[in-house]
Order: sequence, then structure tokens, then C-alpha cells
Amino acid sequence: MSTADTPLPAELRARIADLARAEHRPRAASVSALTMVQERFGWVSDAHLAETASLLGMSPADLDGIATYFNLIFRRPVGRHVIMLCDSVSCWIMGRDTVCARLQARLGIRPGETTPDGAVTLLPIVCLGHCDHAPAMLVDRTLHGDLDAETAERLADGLRGAAS
Amino acid sequence: MSPSERPLTAMIGLPDGPPDCAAYGRAGGWQAARRALRDMTPEAVIDLVTASKLRGRGGAGFGTGQKWSFVPRDPATTRRKYLIANADEMEPGTFKDRLLLEGNPLQLIEGMIVAGYAIQAGHGVIFLRGEYHLALERLNHAIAEAREVGWLGENILGSGFGFEIHVHASGGRYICGEETALLTALEGRRAQPRSKPPFPQVGGLWGAPSVVNNVETLCNLPHIVTNGAAWFLSLGLGPDSGTKIYGVSGRVRRPGAWELPMGTPLREIIEHHAGGMRDGYRLRAFLPGGASTAFLDAGQIDVTMDYGTVEKAGSRLGTGLAILLDDRTCPVGMLHNLEHFFAQESCGWCTPCRDGLPWVERLLGAIESGTGEPEDLDRLHDHARMLGPMGRTFCAHAPGAMAPLASGLKLFREDFDAHIHQQRCPLRETA
Repeated sequence: MSTADTPLPAELRARIADLARAEHRPRAASVSALTMVQERFGWVSDAHLAETASLLGMSPADLDGIATYFNLIFRRPVGRHVIMLCDSVSCWIMGRDTVCARLQARLGIRPGETTPDGAVTLLPIVCLGHCDHAPAMLVDRTLHGDLDAETAERLADGLRGAAS
Repeated sequence: MSPSERPLTAMIGLPDGPPDCAAYGRAGGWQAARRALRDMTPEAVIDLVTASKLRGRGGAGFGTGQKWSFVPRDPATTRRKYLIANADEMEPGTFKDRLLLEGNPLQLIEGMIVAGYAIQAGHGVIFLRGEYHLALERLNHAIAEAREVGWLGENILGSGFGFEIHVHASGGRYICGEETALLTALEGRRAQPRSKPPFPQVGGLWGAPSVVNNVETLCNLPHIVTNGAAWFLSLGLGPDSGTKIYGVSGRVRRPGAWELPMGTPLREIIEHHAGGMRDGYRLRAFLPGGASTAFLDAGQIDVTMDYGTVEKAGSRLGTGLAILLDDRTCPVGMLHNLEHFFAQESCGWCTPCRDGLPWVERLLGAIESGTGEPEDLDRLHDHARMLGPMGRTFCAHAPGAMAPLASGLKLFREDFDAHIHQQRCPLRETA
């Protein structure tokens, strides 16, 4: 399934063009446009980056400078689900390293990697603002707190079991 | 406390979720926007907020009225200006703005209308963390509702003042919380801070006069306009006015955040509201207001949480949410974690920050893992001395990173020595 090389659908191109028009200058839509592409394809491929750049009147290198600057824009493929496990101080105090070790063992991957079945990518993330329920992690768009190794493992199992 | 004593959170945590426009109005909302737009001049709003002594709740504590006073006074109709809500809450250990954003987004919108009117800005932007998905959903919903009933748009209440708000979901970088980096990010560039002057109030977003205020700061405004400056001054226990959302994370029984009078003693917050330390753990030290504030010793727990007192104690109030170090957590490991964050989040623009912070992280990692050498402590002290003072680096990122390090090197000297002499972390169980 290599959708990364196919052109952006016309409807997505139109939405990006709308975003650019609504801004004071088109480039102000950089992050929003990249996010939109990523929501559709999971990540931003070279081809999609170049196409987005041309819609914003920017060079691909210019837009790539922005894409690679921000933590939440992925320039490499990710799994169908992304686990972002907080690695900041409150979660560290409350045992996030233990949770991470168990997730790594269960998924058979290290942070930054994707399971061979393409189901799950494991990433570290900075403080999620859920410190009163540390350790915390974001699974796709859903925040989970008060984790221990077992609950985190169950959540990960659920992602691999579920058809996306 | 009665709702008037905890104005920010009075409508938060209701069983039906955040109030809609009508419920918000029934509970006292929109009074302030109505009063400001109908009965007050922009100058009168600025004077009122100045008199209330509201100080910025994002960490720096700058006077809000004073910040606004630098904006050129042209009416919104004749000059493009921006009011920006800084909702890029990324300071480790801080979870107060998320509470306000998710709990009562209309309160922020009303605060932005008041602030926008005061500085005569027609354009409002909420710069939101990309990870705050629920907040994004609720803000967009609230903005659409407010627009529908006429609280946003052209000529609000027939006052001649028009105001629009849109939300920018960030791609995620800590430095975007720095106001000039935030503006750079909004312009679609790598979010590196800018040199000042020009200050944002004069030359901000796209060169237009712009004010960046923290979410909690803006949420105070409707209550100040409705109840007056004297009421707001009376809420604080010490020199600072109003309430503050304080919080505690770490090994306490009930970690959380609570709206309390400004100047509440930290002991009361930890022992009463957070239920004290968990069984088997003793408080050893704490960061009073986020990762970029200096450690204070457990013996300083009676510090009152206002700007001046925490500073006198040797740290900063910061965001007001304390992170506790207990006696079973390794202080060197904690510093390693903190400096990993700062090293990763350096924007890379200036050399001392870009190269110094990873060096600090490596030194701390070596000491924690048992391969540290006595000279490593000298190198850490060098960094604290050279990156710590403001002005040696382009922005406040590196000085912020050095605050816990410099204080930690003093406070945890014996722990550092033990790591280096024993060539291991004394607190790590040997399997």
C-alpha cells in the first residue's frame, strides 16, 4: 500500500489552498497544511511535502525546515496507531521508565520504531499536561493516565488486536 | 470557598461538561464583555486591569495592564492588531491551562474579547498545543457558538468593535511558549525567538502591534471587569492579587490542581489539598513552578506561593504547579531527565544553548549511570555559571534550564559525590 507517492487528492489540495488563502500570508498555513496531510496519510512523504509546498508558494526545502522542526510532524512512515509516552519529569518520577520497558518488550520495538505488522509506533513525547495522573500517554488522540506496566500493555494489545 | 472566591473554576467540573453560551450567561458570563463594550472606553479597561495588579500567569509575572499600555492606541478599525492567547502549555509539570481550556472555553473567549477591546485588536488567535486534542475540539465548538450568537464577529453589541478568534494548533515545540518564538511560528517559520526591540506590542505578528497573554491571565479578565479591582486585590493573601491555579505532582496522595488565593503557603497545598506525601515517602526538595524553576529544599515548604516570596527564597513562582522530589527518587536522575528535555527542546539557534545543553545532559547521564568523573562536576558548574545568567544566550531557554541545575548542584552535592565515588546510582537497586 504505497499511497505516499500518489498525488494529494483534489479535495485535500483545495482545502490546503483554502487554508493558505485564509491566512495573512500563505506560509502561515504551513503547520496546519502538514497536519492535514498527516491526518490523511499518517505521515508526510517527500512527494506530499513538495506538493504542499507548491500550494503554499514555498520551496520544498523551506517547508521541510518547518516540518522537521516540530515534534508532531512525521517525515517517516508510522504505524496505524501511534503511542506517545510522556518522558518528562513528573511521569519519570512516577515510573514511566518501567512502563516504557514493558511496552518495548511487549511490542518488540524501541522508541522511534514501528511493529513489523505496521500496527503501532512507539514514541516519546514531552509533558502532556496530565501530571496529576502520571505516568501518562497519548494513544492517537486519546489521553490515558495513571498507567502502570499492565494497563499500558493491555492498551497496546488492544491496538494490535483491533483492525484499524 | 464560594464561587466568587474561586472565579476561574466556578463553572468547571460540572456534570454536563463545559457550559454552553446560554448556561455560561446564566451563571454570570458575558456581563464583563457587555460592560466593557457598552460602558467603558478601552483606556478605562486598561486602567482597571492595571489597578487590579493582575500579573501574567504564564511564568514571568509581568503586569498585564502595563504590558497592554505599550500598544499604540489607534482604534481597531484603523489599524491591524493582534491579541494572542498563549495556550502552548508545555512546561513540564504544568497542567493548569488544559483545565481552563477544556473546562470552560467560553471564559477564555470572553477574556479575549475584553483584552482585544482594551488594546483595540480585531484579531484574536489561540496558540494551542497540538497534543491538546480535546481542548481543540471544545474551543472550536465554543468559538462557533459565540460567533453564532454574536459575541464574535463584526460590530459586537452595536459597539462598533469587531473581533474574530481562530485557533492555531501547534506542531509542538516548547520554545513556542516564548512569545517572540510563538509569533515566528504563527508566521509559518521555524519557531526561533526574535531579538527585542521591537517588542511585540509595537511590532509583533506580521509586524503589527500584538499582545501575547497566557490563558490563565486572560481567564481572570471577565471577573476583574465584573467585580472590580478592589475585589480582585482582596482575593490575594499577600502582596499579589487574585487567585491562582496551584498544583502538585509527584509522590503525594492526591496529585492535582486547585484554585486558591494567590499567596497560599505551599505547605497547605501539599499537606491539605494534595493529602501529603504517600506512605513510605518523605519530601526532599521541590521545583515550585515547573521544570525551569530552581529547586528549593523541603525545609522551605512554608514559602507562600506569590511572586516575590518565592523569588526571595531563591526560585521563581513560574507556573505555580510544584513538582516534588521524594527521598526515594534520585536527584541526579531527575536532573538528567530535566536537562534531556531542555537539550531536546533547544531551538538550535544560538551555540551555547544548542551545544551546551546536550553536553550537560551527557555529563548527568554519565554520572547517573556510574561512569562520571570528579571533573564532570566542574564542567556542570561551568555551564550553570556561563549559561545561567540572562543575556549570555539569545533567549531565556538556557537560563531556565540552568535554574534546576545550579540549585541542584548545591542542594544535592552529596548525591553527586556518592554517584562518582561509588560509580553507580546509590538509589538504584542492584538486580
